[in-house]
This record gives sequence, C-alpha cells and structure tokens, in this order.
Amino acid sequence: MGAKLKATLTAILAAGVLAACTTTPEEQAPAGVEGRKPGATPPSAVQSKPIPKVDVTGKPAGSPFAQLKDPNSILSKRSIYFDFDKFEVKDEYRPLVEAHAKFLRENPSAKMLIQGNADERGSREYNVGLGQRRSDSVKKMLSLLGVKENQIEAVSLGEEKPQCTDHGENCWAKNRRDDMLYNGEY
Amino acid sequence: MPTRWVSLCFLVLLAAASSARAQLSIEITGATAQRTPIAIAPFAGEAALAPSISAIVRADLERSGLFRGLELPPLNPIPTEASNVNYAEWRSRLADALVLGSVASRADGRYEVRFRLFDVVKQEDLRGVAYTLTKDQVRATAHRIADYVYEKLTGERGVFSTRIAYVVKRGNRYELQIADADGAGAETALASFEPIISPAWSPDGRRLAYVSFENKKPVVYVHSLLDGKRQVAANFKGSNSAPAWSPDGRTLAVSLSREGGSQIFTINPDGSRLRRLTSSSAIDTEPRYSPDGKWLYFTSDRGGSPQIYRMPSGGGEPQRVTFEGSYNVSPRISPDGRMLSYIARNEGKFQVALLDLQNRQVQIITDSDRDESPSFAPNGRMILLATVLGGRGVLSAVSADGRFKQRLSAATGGDVREPAWGPFIE
Repeated sequence: MGAKLKATLTAILAAGVLAACTTTPEEQAPAGVEGRKPGATPPSAVQSKPIPKVDVTGKPAGSPFAQLKDPNSILSKRSIYFDFDKFEVKDEYRPLVEAHAKFLRENPSAKMLIQGNADERGSREYNVGLGQRRSDSVKKMLSLLGVKENQIEAVSLGEEKPQCTDHGENCWAKNRRDDMLYNGEY
Repeated sequence: MPTRWVSLCFLVLLAAASSARAQLSIEITGATAQRTPIAIAPFAGEAALAPSISAIVRADLERSGLFRGLELPPLNPIPTEASNVNYAEWRSRLADALVLGSVASRADGRYEVRFRLFDVVKQEDLRGVAYTLTKDQVRATAHRIADYVYEKLTGERGVFSTRIAYVVKRGNRYELQIADADGAGAETALASFEPIISPAWSPDGRRLAYVSFENKKPVVYVHSLLDGKRQVAANFKGSNSAPAWSPDGRTLAVSLSREGGSQIFTINPDGSRLRRLTSSSAIDTEPRYSPDGKWLYFTSDRGGSPQIYRMPSGGGEPQRVTFEGSYNVSPRISPDGRMLSYIARNEGKFQVALLDLQNRQVQIITDSDRDESPSFAPNGRMILLATVLGGRGVLSAVSADGRFKQRLSAATGGDVREPAWGPFIE
C-alpha cells in the first residue's frame, strides 16, 4: 500500500474514532455539579457540613456488586496462586472460590472471566496451555459448586502478563496464578 | 456498557497508529570455515542512487556465511558488465567470483541497473539481468541481484528478497513488524497495548495469522499485509492460539480450549469449518504442517512431559517423535521435510535442537540459554530464533550446521521476539 494512502486512511480512521469517542456518556459532566470558571476564587477550605457525594461511576450503592470492590469483603480478593508445575487449587484458596461461587449463584447476571497465567520459562504457546489448565481448574471447581456454565469463561494469558517481571522463583511464584474478573472489569 | 466502548475506541486508534520505519541492527559472530572469496566492484554510476547497490549485494552474500567480499583498490575506470574481463588480474586479487554492474538513469525518471556475474576460476560468464527501478526500489533490486549470484554459485535459492515478521515490545507497547531478511525497512503491521504472539506467514506471503490479546484473551486473527484488513479466524469461548497454515493456504491448525483443555483443531482462515483433531486430557498445542501437508507435528504433554508428536494432518493416532530429555517444544519442519527443529531444555537451558528425521540424530546448534520460536529460512540454510542477551530480547540466526551465527536487535531499544521467516516471493 502506498505510504500516502496509508497515512490518509490512518487520519480518517483516527478522526472518525476520536469523534465517536467524544460522545461517550462517561465524559458528560454529572448533573448538579457546578462548573467553576478558570481563575475563580477557590471555595473556603472550611466546610460547615459534609458535601453529599454523588457517585455515578459504578453500580448503584446497595447493589450486591459493591461487595466486589469492598476491601473488607473476601470477594475483593481475586487471585489464586499455584505451585510449580501444579494446577489444582490449594486448600487455602477454597473459601475464596466458594465465596465467589455463592456470589455467582445469587447473581445470575454476574459473569466471570478467569485468566490463567504461567511463569516465563519455556515456550509461549505451551505456557498458554499451562495457564489454561490453571483457569480450567478454578472453572471446574465453580461448576461443581453450582455456578452455571454460561456465567464463567476460563482463558489463558500464558506468560504474557506477569505480575512480577524479575527472574527467579520468588517472582515466578507470583506469575503462576489465576485472576478472576467480573463483567465490567475486562 | 461504557468501559467496553472506551476500550474499543482505544483499540481502533491503536491499530491505526504509526507506520514509522524502524530498523534492526545486525551483528555477525562466527563464520563457516570455507567462504568463497568474491569481488563485487562498485556499480558504475550507482552514486545516483542511495543506498549503494554493490554494498547491499556484498552484505547480503556475507550474511549467508558462505561468501567473503574482497576489499578492492580504487578502480579507474570502473569496469562494467559490458567490459572485457581480465580473468588473470581478478585471479591475482584472489577472487573466485566477480560481479560487475552499472546504473543508468532513464528519460522517464526511473533507473536501469545491469549486472553480470563471472566465475573467475573457470573463466566463465555466468550472465546477469537488467532491472528497471524507481528510487525506492534500490534495496529490493540489490536483494534480487544477491539472490541471482547466490543461486548461480551455490545451486540453491537465495533468501535475500524474503521478509521476516517479529514482535517488538517497548514498555507496554507491542508492535508486529515486517522487515527485509536483513532487518532493514521494518514496517509496523499492528500496534497494541496488549501482547501479540505466534505470527505465521500464509504460504503466499500475503497474510499473517497471529494471536492477539487485545480482547483480554487469546484470539486468532488473519491479517492481510496488502490492505491492513484483518479478520477473526478463531474467537471461541476460552483460549484460541498457536495458528499454523496448511501448505495450500486453505486451512489453519490451531489450539483451542473451547471444549476444555488445549486441543488441536483445524479451521478455515475465515472461521468456517471447525474440526477437532486431538482428543486427550493433555495440552496439545503448537501444530505445524509438514511441507507435503501429510503430517501435523505438535507439542503434547500426554506422556507426562512436553514432547513432540505427529499425526496425519486429517487427524489420527499420534506418534511420539522426540525422546531425549524432559522438555521438547515448538516443532518446525525444514522446507525439504528432512529435519525437525525445536526447543529442547538441557540442564535448565532452552536451546535450539535439530533432529534428522531419517537417522534420528539430535544436535544442539545454539549456545545461548533462553531460545524460543525457531523458524527455518525458506531455503533451509538458516534458522531464525528469539533469545535473550544481557536481559534483552533479540533475534538470532544460526546456520543449520550451527557454525555461523548472527544477531538482530532493535536499534531503537526494546525486546524483539516471536520471529517468523516468510516464504519465497515470486
């Protein structure tokens, strides 16, 4: 393809996409929030009463999905680590998987993506297979705990998305893991 | 769903991003014992074009490991393809072969390059070719000339006009690039903030299949290099990975987890006609067709450790192919079908192994220790691979006899990996 044609296509594509992206609802100012003029005097630091918070970033407050982000809830924990060349979920992670199974059973609209990972050693494609074995193993456990097949997908990122990028067992142990993501998080 | 919409916008922007030219730099280490001395005179009038055609021809031939370009004194006047060759004089300069040529500009603004090859020892005129070219075809023309010289003198096809694909990772940015076999003229076919692995050339060299993680999971795409259009070949529930083209270009073999585990399937490049080929509780992945299309070689850990197996390409009982060691992966068959190259782990080192499929002898041909993704040149002479040197991902090429090595690294920094040597281009 001619460089000129390519550049033109790129420009048209980029412009079109940018135009489309600016109409994203997320970027609209939330109603009821005052738009301050640049250079205007900032409001006093002393507040007589707390400002009521309006949060439109996620699910409505009180939704069961709020627990997924609550650091006090076990559901906010999303990683399961595996021993070298091992694929079964260790006993210490059973309560975590059980809690997520309960959540998925009680919230049929919730969907989970399980991403399996492997450490960096060896073939990238074989490592995709090893990561898949890890995500399949959590998926199987969730199924046995009564979660519907259409709520869970097990995939592998192989060695491509390490949590830790040094070389050595301490680091590799962090990379042999499953991450559980809910819809809206991926 | 706002988050999904935003990430979609983002991706399209990425795909449209930079087509800036990059470059791989080459370093040659080691050499074959017997290199044919060849004199390549500057082409008369070549200063009108940049870069120098004779210099590219010489560099190409030297990179093959089979030739040594002779240093020449200033020649005045420069002899051309039309000159009478004084064989005794070139013999006294120790040349076994000689290339003479010239460049002339044409009335239409294009150029004409002519050259002629001589066997100095046999005092024989091995003829040449005339090419008409524009200013941006200088490299391509020089590679064609090097291919002609290589084929006349060695009896096998040269690979200087072929291209390579590979992935460069810089920070959190991944680029799938295509370059000439000498690393020059690199162009970016795809840029993404998510990993790209396993590029595989279609047999006609027009399309690449690869795995992209841009949807937060591995999906197999087929990407046309002519118009940049890409198509999803496999995006089933679960992971979709390890694409390989059948020699007729009509079928892809892939590894899919849609039915649990990682199993080998075939599918048409447009995503139609899915067929499952393996049924094991093991990881079956990295399928590769033999050049005659009859066999599929693949990696499987059905015997307890990852080893290479093969089965009929339409499916059937797999036979184990590798037996030495506890980790043998990434099978690639040589273009003549006689050799199997793969990655073997020996005492913690991952190295390129070469198995002679007739006499079953195995040879380790690299001395690096984190080798991945071997890829045969289309004439079978060299193997391109990814390795790590000084903590940095680089490409390395090694002659199939292990004697001659060269290294390609990204001149602008970053890790280079996942090489795939493209086919001959007619």
